[in-house]
Amino acid sequence: MSLRRLAPPDVQPASFAFNAENAAWARDTIVKYPQGRQASAVISLLWRGQEQEGWVSHPMVESIARMLNMPFIRVLEVATFYTMFNLQPVGTHLVQVCTTTPCWLRGSDAVVDACKKHIHPHPHTVSADGKFSWMEVECLGACVNAPMLQIGSDFYEDIDGPITEKMIADLRAGKALKPGPQNARRSSEPEGGATSLTDASLYDGSMIGKYKVEPPAPPQPANTDADAKKPTKAASDRESPKQKPPGAAT
Amino acid sequence: MLADKDRIFTNLYGLQDPGLEAAKKRGQWDNTKSILALGPDGIIDIMKKSGLRGRGGAGFPTGLKWSFMPKEVKERPHYLVVNADESEPGTCKDRDIMRHDPHTLVEGCLVASFAMRANACYIYVRGEFIREREALQRAVDEAYAAKLIGKNNIHGWDFDLYVHHGAGAYICGEETALLESLEGKKGQPRLKPPFPANVGLYGCPTTVNNVESIAVAPTIIRRGAEWFAGIGRPNNTGTKVFCISGHVNKPCNVEEEMGIPLRELIDRHAGGVRGGWDNLLAVIPGGASVPLMPKATCDDILMDFDSLKAVQTGLGTAAVIVMDKSTDVIKAIQRLAYFYKHESCGQCTPCREGTGWMWRVMTRMVKGDAQVSEIDLLQEVSKEIEGHTICALGDAAAWPIQGLIRHFRPEIEARIAAFSKMAAE
Repeated sequence: MSLRRLAPPDVQPASFAFNAENAAWARDTIVKYPQGRQASAVISLLWRGQEQEGWVSHPMVESIARMLNMPFIRVLEVATFYTMFNLQPVGTHLVQVCTTTPCWLRGSDAVVDACKKHIHPHPHTVSADGKFSWMEVECLGACVNAPMLQIGSDFYEDIDGPITEKMIADLRAGKALKPGPQNARRSSEPEGGATSLTDASLYDGSMIGKYKVEPPAPPQPANTDADAKKPTKAASDRESPKQKPPGAAT
Repeated sequence: MLADKDRIFTNLYGLQDPGLEAAKKRGQWDNTKSILALGPDGIIDIMKKSGLRGRGGAGFPTGLKWSFMPKEVKERPHYLVVNADESEPGTCKDRDIMRHDPHTLVEGCLVASFAMRANACYIYVRGEFIREREALQRAVDEAYAAKLIGKNNIHGWDFDLYVHHGAGAYICGEETALLESLEGKKGQPRLKPPFPANVGLYGCPTTVNNVESIAVAPTIIRRGAEWFAGIGRPNNTGTKVFCISGHVNKPCNVEEEMGIPLRELIDRHAGGVRGGWDNLLAVIPGGASVPLMPKATCDDILMDFDSLKAVQTGLGTAAVIVMDKSTDVIKAIQRLAYFYKHESCGQCTPCREGTGWMWRVMTRMVKGDAQVSEIDLLQEVSKEIEGHTICALGDAAAWPIQGLIRHFRPEIEARIAAFSKMAAE
């Protein structure tokens, strides 16, 4: 658990409203859930609000509570429970570095150092030019491409310290980055080429109709009286020893 | 080694087009109507016979889970919820399924929902997977447009599929926490019973399954239970996507047969351990929650549920985290202790307080700033957390530390001795 509170009042904006496009999107999202269950949309709406404003503010929580007909406290507890909601302003580019064990094993410390050097010595702090802030996050789920970080919606994988420094410099200069692995890999295959899925017949269309569902076996007919188990000859055998003739030796 | 023709996720790496037409060419959505013609009981029967065990970590038989749903729909509708909240450290298999082979999942949702008499299904994707969510939504939209799903679709089973997302909470991978989150609340697990099959989403009968468990279902039914059951070993059947990360030369995801020897898995697909097999220190075989195993165990262990259970660890999500001899293993486990401290939902006291306590003690042990007697105390406290919480996060936090003490106690003691010596000088 971590302590998470809304930003202090002097940072809070006066009001919040979804722009026209997001308001229409919100209406479509709410109807994905059954009547009376609009609260299900709360995470989606808060997330959309954060995408619009960069962080989750007090007026945003109030506004979404009204939209979903939820008490303010219910929305507030969701906003403070889920760690992806930024409760204070962040840089234009929010750099989230994964430092959980699989990334740490492959050198996420160097990535963190690059962020400290080129963004700010402290996490959760907007850089001097207002363009960046960075934070450590828990496993982002791209462990075979470790170490990695997330900027905005995209993952940048197979990085190291120098690559991170270059990415920050490129973003600062307004250049676009290429998401995904920063080396020659396509995605999660072994570097240098896949060791499986090389059979071309998987992809030439010959798989269509190759396997047919076997219809279930027809039900077996029920037993009739004629099938009833009959006693065999053994059933008539006497199991007790034969009687001895009178006068026989004992 | 598994032959390519026996792999289910034929576009795991995204080298082909993930779109509908290409997916059909790879054999997906191939006469799905004939699958539904088997009827719900026929489908569940095949799933039971295939021996598929849930791919989300616990390994509960999938067919059996499906059979727990009520046999007829009464006033409460049935729901299928797919758990795509993939957050177990080391695991990144569902991500590839969603972004590269999403139609296996969409088709699986239709088949599983039909088998459980559900007309609606929600896929709960973890919040960080934004691009993966978009990729999955594209596949869902394609399936709607082609009338494969939706109202009055060509399969004759009205079915709506919704993509939902979280916002960064590991605990929402626990099925009841996921349901709470899907209802718009904090993701804090529910007490069981009642089980979700009786009282789940919105109080209705619900089944929660992992992405991989659902996505393999259509192929299993198409190719027959015998085919799937013929791969692997009894009670540990089929294929499994392994994620190999850490100190290997070529980390990767790969679909392999259950019960493949760990060494073969690493050498064949991941380019071997960095510095050679003899440079291996330890392996966490199933994601952060399972205890690690030392090299001696790794030499000949088979990667399946029962083999790993026999050596006091588990297959979990089949996320293999490899550590070579350069690793500070105490620090590696301390980092996991921090992870569990960060991700505890705060509902149960043993977990909320215990995960923080264990992390603080582990942090001191990384430096060696501790007493030798504290190792036993740590073990004892971890046993007090394990099994005393509503969900398994408490267990998951305790097991890596117990594994460390079991196999690397001399290492911890040596570090404490070194620190005491240094402090005395």
